[in-house]
Amino acid sequence: MTKKSESNLVFWLFLAPVLFAFLMVMVIPFIMGSFYAFTNWSSSAKLDGGFRFVGFENFVKSFQDPSFLYAFGVTFVYTILNMFFINLVAFALALLVTSELRLKHIYRVGFFVPNLIGGLILGYIWQFIFNNAIPSLGNLIPALKFLSDPNNLMLSKNTSALIAMVIVGTWQYAGYIMMIYIAAIENVPQELHEAAKIDGATPWIRLKAITIPMAAQAFTVTIFLTLVNSFKQFDVNVSLTSGGPSTMLFGKPILGTELIALNIYNTAFISNNLAQGQARAVVFFLVLAIISIIQVYVNKKKEIEL
Amino acid sequence: MSNRRLGIFIAELVTALFFILFMFPFYLVLINSAKTAFEVTQYPLTWPAKWGNLIDNIVKIWTSEAVRYPSSLVASAIITSLSLVLINLLSAQAGWALVRTKNVISNVIFFIFVAAMVIPFQIVMFPLLSWFRMTTLATGIPLLRTYQGIILAYIGFGASLSIFMFHGFIKSIPLELEEAATIDGCKRHQIFYEIIFPILTPIQATVMVLNGIWIWNDYLLPLLVLGKGNDIMTLPLAVSNFAGAFVKQWDLILTAILLAMIPVIIFFLFAQKYIVKGMIAGSIK
Repeated sequence: MTKKSESNLVFWLFLAPVLFAFLMVMVIPFIMGSFYAFTNWSSSAKLDGGFRFVGFENFVKSFQDPSFLYAFGVTFVYTILNMFFINLVAFALALLVTSELRLKHIYRVGFFVPNLIGGLILGYIWQFIFNNAIPSLGNLIPALKFLSDPNNLMLSKNTSALIAMVIVGTWQYAGYIMMIYIAAIENVPQELHEAAKIDGATPWIRLKAITIPMAAQAFTVTIFLTLVNSFKQFDVNVSLTSGGPSTMLFGKPILGTELIALNIYNTAFISNNLAQGQARAVVFFLVLAIISIIQVYVNKKKEIEL
Repeated sequence: MSNRRLGIFIAELVTALFFILFMFPFYLVLINSAKTAFEVTQYPLTWPAKWGNLIDNIVKIWTSEAVRYPSSLVASAIITSLSLVLINLLSAQAGWALVRTKNVISNVIFFIFVAAMVIPFQIVMFPLLSWFRMTTLATGIPLLRTYQGIILAYIGFGASLSIFMFHGFIKSIPLELEEAATIDGCKRHQIFYEIIFPILTPIQATVMVLNGIWIWNDYLLPLLVLGKGNDIMTLPLAVSNFAGAFVKQWDLILTAILLAMIPVIIFFLFAQKYIVKGMIAGSIK
């Protein structure tokens, strides 16, 4: 065997197992899925003769469905709020734990811990907090009596339930994003701070003129990371609110806090409409693809500036 | 000077407050796991009357048919550890093959792996199920509701990020190292397993941490691939199964949650340094 063909053989042998798994679960289902979105695919129409091409029907019907439009809107609001609060809290925490605190290592670990536990479990914990712990606070403290009124439960109304999801999202991700900010803040050369101090800069001015500009690269990372993670949220949605409470839109009953990922799942399995669920998943993918393209573009531009 | 000390004092106070706020949900899980059903609903914020209840509740969860905690823990451990070992080894060797073979094919394959990182699970999940069913029909190898099926899925979904990370690291390893080994009579595959793979330890830790946290906590993929009412059930499935079956029985639901969290927290305390490092590295992909 020649050197060339030996290395060629090794190349394919080394690549084969992972390529096989990747084809089986990503490439083939992706191609099938992109195609099925344009058919009347359902669990029953699959093998008999009823399986046919329907053009854009699934997409048109999806965009005529109030629940899908609403899920898009809710996801948009949730994503914006979540991004804002996660980054705000994370940056504040990062500034705090990079200052000269005695217990800063314990604090860092503590803030990070929620991130290690799955969203599903976190959602159940917070469901307990919103439905049981907070109302009981109203029973304990007379001034907070209003909390124990069942009408004031966070999860019983759309707007407050959405805020509840943002609270859980912030609690879940802030510690992780904080770690990224810490890395960025600790990378700022100490000499810059020393020089600024000699020139009489207050901590506030040093934050604005040194820390934030030097951490700009980290902001691009964290903003896109929180954007994509919030947009894809599913687990917390399932266990915290299950999409509820119900509400009305255009005369149709819909779920008040159903994010897109849950809407896709429910369309396929609860409404039993696999093809339309698939079409919605394609839309979901396109939105994410656009976000990613913007991200790559922004990063490229940043690199040139540097 | 005193101004500065005051500043630090305030920062310390604010951070401590945040810390208590962040830890409070875990504290609630712990104290309420040690209560009776009545106590939980009436006094969710108070110290438990009898800590002995914690043992009772743990025994109930341990023996519960809906959670099947021991077997769920084992299933989660099998799925996570086998997936991790395989993702790690197979992605490392694929990454090395892609770096060291420079031609159009290897570039295209690498590009496809990287581009696939954008693809959300939602667009492949429904067809994945029917494709697995078709494959089983054609080959007789069961994929849905089995270990091999879910592990294959994790290798496929974990491959992109893992190969990307190995690829980046391997590029920085000097080629002279491998050339020297070739002169000494090493075969291509020996070069990888005996020389390169051991050098990859730091990036292996990162890859394992990133994939490990994801796989251990994952809910949607096991829900679809393993399904409900299966003998093979991961911990997140077990918890949701239990919470669904025993609605509002918070004493037991919270105990189930406590038991599901303990393995992760123990693991984190041991591997803290690697986990934090790995997750930061993974964010900058």
